[in-house]
Amino acid sequence: MPLSETGTDRAATSAALDVRSLLVWGLLAGLLGGVLAFGFAEAFGEPSVDTAISLEEQGGAAEHSHDDGAAAGHSHGEEGAEEEVVSRSFQSTGGLAIGTVVYGLGLGGLFGLAFAFAYGRLGTASPRGTAVAVLGIGYTAVVLVPFLTYPANPPAVGRGETIGERTGLFFGMVGISLVLALVAVFVGRKLAQRLDGWTAVLVAGLGYLVLVTVAAKLLPDFQEVPDGFPGATLWEFRIASLGTSAVLWAGIGIGFAALLHRGLTRAR
Amino acid sequence: MTTHAVATPVPVPVSIPVRQILPYALFVGIISLIALYFVGAEQGALAVFDGTYVHELVHDARHLLGFPCH
Repeated sequence: MPLSETGTDRAATSAALDVRSLLVWGLLAGLLGGVLAFGFAEAFGEPSVDTAISLEEQGGAAEHSHDDGAAAGHSHGEEGAEEEVVSRSFQSTGGLAIGTVVYGLGLGGLFGLAFAFAYGRLGTASPRGTAVAVLGIGYTAVVLVPFLTYPANPPAVGRGETIGERTGLFFGMVGISLVLALVAVFVGRKLAQRLDGWTAVLVAGLGYLVLVTVAAKLLPDFQEVPDGFPGATLWEFRIASLGTSAVLWAGIGIGFAALLHRGLTRAR
Repeated sequence: MTTHAVATPVPVPVSIPVRQILPYALFVGIISLIALYFVGAEQGALAVFDGTYVHELVHDARHLLGFPCH
């Protein structure tokens, strides 16, 4: 399946790839990453989410508004008269699983596509090397940098009135970071023709970091942690959030690399 | 020719022509982005469907994946 020209030595040596196999491997890797991320989030993320929700219900977070716009009727369970759309117990298990797996599948598909574009265009990187490069660049640009700019917030943190602005700026930051990373990759490739590969990657990487830091500093920030919200819970939640994304991306990247390698060597 | 292939220790990476990737990129790209959108933002700041069911269903994943939720 991965080799359309099986038998010709060109196919065997050049590791010819077809997009369809890459997408299938991407989706399978996405499923794996999603399931692993669910396990991590369930074990390490849910405790702080539960703590935050109980604080929210005690009214410890007065700033959090339940009454405006899309947040109206927002239920975390056990809110008395408020109707429960999805029970809290399902939210923290089945709902979490559906969310992480759907997200993993979507990201896996995009990962397969990104690999298809990247392969053979990042110097002489091997198939697995390219997958790891896509993983590293993707995680840094799409998760790490936006997270450092606008960190994830547990329930009870963040005011309802600014959700539109915060959502727009968060996605904006993902976009800026991704575009700058792609520019850095293109610049790095150009530089590699004049300088050695090491220097080219270093210069491009540094350029990305400087520009993305300037962008992050120019964008407005939000200090919306309610008074009295425990710092430990916030820290625990944010680390768990970063970890969930890390597990998801690592599962996709490494799973994809393994499937790719297996597909290429078996066909040969 | 086959001996030549065996003698080459490192496969030469051959890129896939962009023309060949593009149709897949459009189709899978759009579907994938829709999936990410529904987990990350639907019925939060933006909404395609009325109500709060999608938001409530993926609530914990949205928080833990780092998206602004509410």
